[in-house]
Amino acid sequence: MLKYLLLIVMLATPVMAVQPDEILADPVMEARARDISKGLRCLVCRNENIDDSNAELARDLRLLVRERLVAGDTDQEVEDFVVERYGEYVLLKPMFSLSNAMLWFAGPALLIVGGWISLVFIRRRSTGAALPEEGLTADEQAKLDALLRG
Amino acid sequence: MTAELGHFALILAFAISIPQIIIPMIGAHKGWNDWMRFATPAAIAQFLLVGVAFAMLTTAFVTSDFSVRLVAANSHSAKPMLYKVTGVWANHEGSMLLWITILTLFGATIAVWGRNLPPSLKARVLSVQSMVGAAFLAFILFTSNPFTRLGQPPVDGNGLNPLLQDPGLAFHPPFLYLGYVGLSMAFSFAVAALIEGKVDAAWARWVRPWTLAAWIFLTIGIGLGSWWAYYELGWGGWWFWDPVENASFMPWLMATALLHSAIVVEKRNALKSWTVLLAILAFSFSLIGTFIVRSGVITSVHAFANDPERGVFILVILAVAIGGALTLYALRATQLKSTAVFGLVSRESGLVMNNLLLSVAAAVVFVGTIWPLVAEITTGAKVSVGAPFFNIAFTPFMVVLAMILPIAAMLPWKRGDLKRTMQPLWGIAALSVALGAAVWVMQTGGRMLAPVGLTLAFWVVVGAMADVAVRVKLGKASLPESLRRSRNLPRADWGKMFSHIGFGLMIFGISAIMSWEVEDIRVAKIGDTFPLQAYEIRFDGVKGIQGPNYTAARGEFTLFKDRVEIAKLYPEKRNYPVQSMPTSEAAIDQNLLRDVYVVLGDRQNDGGWAVRSYVKPFTNWIWIGVFTLSFGGLLSITDRRYRVASAARKSTMSAVPAE
Repeated sequence: MLKYLLLIVMLATPVMAVQPDEILADPVMEARARDISKGLRCLVCRNENIDDSNAELARDLRLLVRERLVAGDTDQEVEDFVVERYGEYVLLKPMFSLSNAMLWFAGPALLIVGGWISLVFIRRRSTGAALPEEGLTADEQAKLDALLRG
Repeated sequence: MTAELGHFALILAFAISIPQIIIPMIGAHKGWNDWMRFATPAAIAQFLLVGVAFAMLTTAFVTSDFSVRLVAANSHSAKPMLYKVTGVWANHEGSMLLWITILTLFGATIAVWGRNLPPSLKARVLSVQSMVGAAFLAFILFTSNPFTRLGQPPVDGNGLNPLLQDPGLAFHPPFLYLGYVGLSMAFSFAVAALIEGKVDAAWARWVRPWTLAAWIFLTIGIGLGSWWAYYELGWGGWWFWDPVENASFMPWLMATALLHSAIVVEKRNALKSWTVLLAILAFSFSLIGTFIVRSGVITSVHAFANDPERGVFILVILAVAIGGALTLYALRATQLKSTAVFGLVSRESGLVMNNLLLSVAAAVVFVGTIWPLVAEITTGAKVSVGAPFFNIAFTPFMVVLAMILPIAAMLPWKRGDLKRTMQPLWGIAALSVALGAAVWVMQTGGRMLAPVGLTLAFWVVVGAMADVAVRVKLGKASLPESLRRSRNLPRADWGKMFSHIGFGLMIFGISAIMSWEVEDIRVAKIGDTFPLQAYEIRFDGVKGIQGPNYTAARGEFTLFKDRVEIAKLYPEKRNYPVQSMPTSEAAIDQNLLRDVYVVLGDRQNDGGWAVRSYVKPFTNWIWIGVFTLSFGGLLSITDRRYRVASAARKSTMSAVPAE
């Protein structure tokens, strides 16, 4: 909900996302610009990429991305250029670096640990045939049958 | 008077909640029946009092009583009645009041209909439920009083954010809260069971319908929010991996895991302690979600530091509830011994896999959501975690889940034979892969999202149908025999089929819109016709119109295919004068194959208008998927075994010996 309340601030400037005058003539290059834009954060917005954002600053960034592409930069070079200027904060996908190791490895690590625990658990279950089955007592079974007939 | 009456009722409810915690808990411990029984009238009274408070606040909103600060800040006399009512919960204080209203409603439900629960369990459940209630009542009374009066009432109110004045969003919060708070029941049952030291099939039979109900509400709530974003925000985005969305998605993932593991407890008397832990975690994520949304901590650490009162309060509730429950779990979980035996290849193992994948996926969402906060606190680094991260880190779990789902769902309990279970599935698997390959060839290579997505979608949908087909021996027995078998198939099995199909349909819709969307952004002059994929759009003009509380420029477009007119489209740019805020209303021509989505932009200096138009293929299948998912849940919750359980209460009541 808060997100939408914050949208008020952004919508106060009635500019809408990518404008017709920003679009590059070369469709391939424009597609690259759009792809890059989707990974860059609008710095004054809340969790919004510059491609979707209505803010002035997002427009400036979109134009900057296109400028660099026209100047012949590769996608990576454009990204590096923007990060150089605005810091890692601008990337919606944090860098695959040591300081972000926990973020990136949380999923795989938990899966491995959880998978291992599950496997041990299931193996114990499947070999633990010696344990008595704790089913329903005869009395409970009779009651259940009566209910199901009910 | 209304506001004071509401405030007073809230204070009384708080006053009742405290003895409701203490007396039944002691009673259950000592075996004193009349002390245990105290919980029932207390829970009902608590609900009635909170209900009065909620009704009073609603009255203040409906009658536009601007002497109440909350009404003045969030309502306006010219607002349509629907939004006056929904304005009650479209703000912090009111939404917390809604939260507690639903919480006490559920408590009262247990009090009234929980007669066949063992008395000590019922007393403990209501006591735990009242702990949560007391905490949030205190939160409202001490930090977020909705009934504060203004010394000098304004002539009119500030109005409600126009973006929220929408039917889709009007009912989004109540559904979400019904889901969040519904999980409190699973939590209360889990904590009560830990205190009792006993979890059995009967316990699961009580917990599962509550979890299912919470899950259905959450599913619908999230679906409504997503649908709203799709048509209201102006570019057809439907999921943003925003912290606030994640806050509702994490409990949903955990609830999904919980309702699967509860089946194992119910049917096989296994996975008990894990299920109890899941129940605690699911509600913990609800609380964390509430904390994230209500404290503003994720938006900015500084916003939190500037106004820490509410955030700290919820943080304390969070720490006590989660910490307390987990400590209790650590102390008592070993008592919950499961003795059932099952093989490595079995339905039980399949459900363990389901739980593993869903919980780890929830953990990934959790880590991603709080990472910016963690990074800033630990290293001072400012990082953003947005959609590109989640798309990479989250999706693989769903891919694996979809891959194993049809197989695991068909494995028999106890011990299965993979070869036999796979027998009817090989053909479907081959067809799915062939479909994916065909898609890959048609789109001439490119990204793998669509081929993989469609393969999985087909596999899950048809696999779910195959499960039922095998169960009713379709094609193996005579048709009347199959029909007879399908009539006898428990509703829960139909529910399972529909929910799994819903999951498959969502995969389909999501893959399609992410892969094949076509976009056109241009300046169009009135009278222009421009192509959009296989369509042509003619811009006929712009008219000024007057709404109840807004003015708008309404664009008129005609959509053609092969020179035949197929639809008129009227996107609007609205301006709400009270908030002096523009919003855009997209015009969408929908069918099952694609949405044509047109948005009117700004007037340009040369007299043209910025126009954005999209073809969004198969988008409706996302919502159809959400609907099918919840419909399956609805079928399951009305299964005979739950109805029997509630009907049986009358007949068994006299048979239950006094403990």
